Amino acid sequence: MGELAAFTILAAVTLLPAVVVVTSRNLVRAAMSLIPSFLGVTGLFVLLQAEFVAGIQILIYAGAIAVLILFVIMLTQGGTGTAVRQTNEQRVVGALAAAALTTALLALLLRTAWPLAAGALPRANVAAVGSAFLTTFVLAFEISSVVLLVSLVGALVIARREQ
Amino acid sequence: MSWVGEIFKATLAAVAVFTFLAVVAAMLGVYLERKISGWIQSRLGPKHVGPQGIMQTMADTVKLLQKENIVPANADAITFTVAPLLAAVAGLLAWIIIPFGPLFGRIIVVRDINIGLLFFIAMASLIVIAILLGGWSSNNKYALLGGFRSASQMISYEIPLALAVLVPVMLAGTLSTVGIVEAQRGGWLGIGNWFIFGLPGNRWLLIPGVLAFLVFLTAATAEVNRVPFDLPEAESELVAGYFSEYTGMRFALFQLGEYAEAFAMAALTTVLFLGGWHGPLLPGVVWFFIKLFALVFVLMWVRWTYPRLRLDQLLHLSWKGLVPLGFLLVLVTGWLLV
Amino acid sequence: MTVGLNHYLAVSALLFGLGLYGILTRRNAVAILMGIELMLNAANINLVAFNRYVAPVALAGHVFALVIITLAACEAAVGLALVMAVYRNLETVHVDEINLLKW
Repeated sequence: MGELAAFTILAAVTLLPAVVVVTSRNLVRAAMSLIPSFLGVTGLFVLLQAEFVAGIQILIYAGAIAVLILFVIMLTQGGTGTAVRQTNEQRVVGALAAAALTTALLALLLRTAWPLAAGALPRANVAAVGSAFLTTFVLAFEISSVVLLVSLVGALVIARREQ
Repeated sequence: MSWVGEIFKATLAAVAVFTFLAVVAAMLGVYLERKISGWIQSRLGPKHVGPQGIMQTMADTVKLLQKENIVPANADAITFTVAPLLAAVAGLLAWIIIPFGPLFGRIIVVRDINIGLLFFIAMASLIVIAILLGGWSSNNKYALLGGFRSASQMISYEIPLALAVLVPVMLAGTLSTVGIVEAQRGGWLGIGNWFIFGLPGNRWLLIPGVLAFLVFLTAATAEVNRVPFDLPEAESELVAGYFSEYTGMRFALFQLGEYAEAFAMAALTTVLFLGGWHGPLLPGVVWFFIKLFALVFVLMWVRWTYPRLRLDQLLHLSWKGLVPLGFLLVLVTGWLLV
Repeated sequence: MTVGLNHYLAVSALLFGLGLYGILTRRNAVAILMGIELMLNAANINLVAFNRYVAPVALAGHVFALVIITLAACEAAVGLALVMAVYRNLETVHVDEINLLKW
């Protein structure tokens, strides 16, 4: 009962701001609404006992990516963008396509009989995630660190003002 | 209906933490700030309201409560209202993981979560958003400049902060704050096992311990926008920075968030490097507050000792000084531990 | 009624659909990036939910959610750098006005 209540609230906190993100004419409001949406997803992670992922989610998404997006919106075109048209001509088509894909996804995901397993997650799983990263998934770990380095250099080179 | 009880308990804890913060961090913080500034400048500081002026902040709060809440004409009203709330709530939430010490046989902490330190840093990073939004929505160029400066500064200093936190985490092997303090128990006079002095079996760790302490303190000072890193609210350049347009209780909420965060940083330094509640003779909670207020005093002392940095010096210090040093510290700690 | 895997999958599918709508209809490049972030979040919910309900011991879902968060950070950094570069050269951030291959 309590879990359901928490889930309902968190799902609403995730989805309602997400609607504002994609529909608001005011770009700063849209970017601002990303933050409650990210925090709602964080709450869902906590419900799913993924505390470490939840912490990283707040730190990276809400603390860094949202700030970066707000920064760029405020630096480009001087503000909210309410003066210009924010949507393109394919609004109806886009809505239909998104609705069709969502319906297909919902039908596919909800009608499949997933092989549910009864086991529980390790109790404090931060250390377990760490050792999984450095043993089983060490290749993914190394590759993502290389990608980080490349994107760091790339972002610097692209964003730098040419002399 | 255990979950209703849980929500009730959480609400009570939130009220308790909020009261504690409002009294200790904001009230006492502002009072100490003015008193210590006074002493450093050979004045007396607030003196008239109550004995030694101790009720001065109370009087200021009453004054602020009576002020009109002005929203500038062209400001984004919703954002303008939400930003100070976000700052205060994030400052408040950071306190959840701070353990105050044993009292009546149990450790006083709102929640000892297993990702405690990660949670703390995440909450510190949420304050950036509040400041950026507050600065932008005021529709004032000084406020906007303050918000931008603050965002670039706080994002830059989050990285050395997190790297410095990693050193005690590696020494203790846990992210839980209570676990970290417990790992510093014992030693000579209850001081010997503090992480600033390394580990009892391996005194070479003293070097990364002390350096990580200094990096953490510097990054924390920058993270809470205090002098010499107070560019976001530099009075002589930007009026009051991102809260130039705020009046009344909203202004007080920003101040509350800021002092709560500054005190939380001092408390976390105590927990990570200075052994939390461990110390000789006196009870644990007393030791915790002694260390906390000593660090708060250092923060205020630094304020009147160093001049403000320029923005480029500030970013150079972080990216060319503290970040490489932080990585080196993590590497050396790992090497010494193996 | 307890919360099961399907609840999380439904939230994730809805979030993905919203993100897709944002990407398809927005003109502003930054707004499109916001849609992409929503879709990545939807994928993360799925990964973590499957980890919890289908393979609880392996922790593979957590690991890949973390990798996706890392990649999202990279993508946001490079994407926003591109937006800034385009804005500096063409003075627009609307993707339907960015129609030059060389400047």
